[in-house]
Amino acid sequence: MHRYGSRGFALEIVTIVVAMVLMIPFYFLLNVSFKGNSDAFLSSAIAPPRPPSVSAFGDAWAGSATGSIPGGLISSVIVTAGSLIVLIAFGSIAAYTMARLPGRLSNALYILFLVGIILPFQLGMVPVYVVLRTLGLVGSPFGLIVLYSGLLMPLVVFLYTGFARSLPREYEEAAQMDGSSRLQTFLRIIFPLLAPATGTVAILAGLIIWNDFFTQLIFLSGSANATLPVVIYGFVGANVSAWNIIFAGIIVSMIPVLVFYVFAQRKFIQGFAGGIKS
Amino acid sequence: MTSQTRGVALDSAHPTGARDLGRAVRRSKRAQKQATGHRSATWWWAAPAVVLTIGVQYFGVGAGSVFAFTDWSGLGAFTFVGFDNFAAAFRSPETVQALWNTLLLAVCFVVLTNVFGLGLALALNRTLKSRYVLRVLIFLPVVLSPLGVAYVWKFIFQPNGPLNEVLRAVGRDSWAVAWLGDPHTAIWTIVVVVVWQNIGLTMVIYLAGLATVPVELEEAAAVDGASAWSRFRRIVLPLLRPTIVIASALTLIQGLRIFDQVLALTGGGPFNSTQTLATLVYKETFVNGRFGYGSALSLILTLLIVVAAVLQVTLLRQRED
Repeated sequence: MHRYGSRGFALEIVTIVVAMVLMIPFYFLLNVSFKGNSDAFLSSAIAPPRPPSVSAFGDAWAGSATGSIPGGLISSVIVTAGSLIVLIAFGSIAAYTMARLPGRLSNALYILFLVGIILPFQLGMVPVYVVLRTLGLVGSPFGLIVLYSGLLMPLVVFLYTGFARSLPREYEEAAQMDGSSRLQTFLRIIFPLLAPATGTVAILAGLIIWNDFFTQLIFLSGSANATLPVVIYGFVGANVSAWNIIFAGIIVSMIPVLVFYVFAQRKFIQGFAGGIKS
Repeated sequence: MTSQTRGVALDSAHPTGARDLGRAVRRSKRAQKQATGHRSATWWWAAPAVVLTIGVQYFGVGAGSVFAFTDWSGLGAFTFVGFDNFAAAFRSPETVQALWNTLLLAVCFVVLTNVFGLGLALALNRTLKSRYVLRVLIFLPVVLSPLGVAYVWKFIFQPNGPLNEVLRAVGRDSWAVAWLGDPHTAIWTIVVVVVWQNIGLTMVIYLAGLATVPVELEEAAAVDGASAWSRFRRIVLPLLRPTIVIASALTLIQGLRIFDQVLALTGGGPFNSTQTLATLVYKETFVNGRFGYGSALSLILTLLIVVAAVLQVTLLRQRED
């Protein structure tokens, strides 16, 4: 099993080939985005750009009638960061509270959040949309922040709870003996200790929000606050077969996630494997 | 540390009165109460999270279940219509087709992502020198926008796209069809895209599962002359059972909700051949303004997902017995 003989070498080659085949779409994505307009239209998608051009990126940046890439970036950052702040602030403190409350109350809260994870939200989308529309929050990033905070709170509390339960009480006791208030103790002692869980939460919830399309389409389509997925969707309608421009827009929208992924791939993969298993 | 000493210690602002025993006991009792309050956070710290969860999730799903029995158009008044929406749904060929498409997509999605994910996890578990790099590459599509990657695939499947270009180059001109425009092939393009994007996810779940299989056990079996296949069948597979249950339940729920890729690739067409319950809910509710009917469709989808979740719990219980 662990000898690396000729069979190991053969397996290595086969797996590398499989991985390369799986990467083919990225070749087209990069290749076409660096073609000029006529090159993209006339030449084969397999042939390299002649000459390489960044004009598509300029066109994508300028955007279409449905929104621009910079505007979409800003909206996506506001929605994702805003939701994450709410989720992390309220989720961590709720999970810590549950870990320290007496059994029965803690269990009741745990079940409340657990059911929240299982409830499929498709069914809730319409009523929540109607309420937020009545409140004038459709088309604004704040409506989406409220929505995502409620939607992902059960998952976030769940991810924090397992970790919070394993925290020893000694630190907080010591801090309280030194006269620190409960809130101070939480902010200065507990929250920093929860950092690994906060990392997992930020990655999982951040990706779900950043990449979500359905909700953002419903809440922001046609508004001035369209997020990246909504901008890209409108973009494809406007640039029907200008694939170089569409692909340039897609690449720009993927860059923030790619940067995080390159620097923290291990945490990403652990977060997904661990977050899902718990 | 007993709670009493902790109580006293916490109350150290007042020197413990050894002189007056009665006062000390009384104080220590009061301090004890204070200490439990101190030690544990107060319940209302959980209130914002609870309010958000109930206000969005519970309210939404609860109200949605009510709307499913009304004829509401999204504006103005509505009346209760009993099960009319459901009757209409099962009479509508479009909805029945969407139901079958949803089930077909979900089943293909579960089988293919799990088979390929497990295969890749086995290959990349221990032996290969390039395993870390390959894991990172194969996982990459998981973190990217489903909408974005669906457009890349849409390009690949174009009548004059790279796929047909390759097919023509190798002399298979008759295979070069309009993949997205043909009702017979369109649904399979969706399968390809969703499976491609999620293989990395099942792979890492299986890698986490494989990490729990003791190396010694496999080595002992290898020394005893067990072939790779029988080691897999007799040792790895039984130990992986819980992981398989989790991964297949997760992919089943995900498979039932496929939306982004359908909207990007085909928009549900041609001739509804790729319409799923999720895309139909969107179309009926937000495009056609039939909020009541759309809610009824959501309720049907929800019931499917609940059945999938219950199935998971039952299978997990079985394992524990």
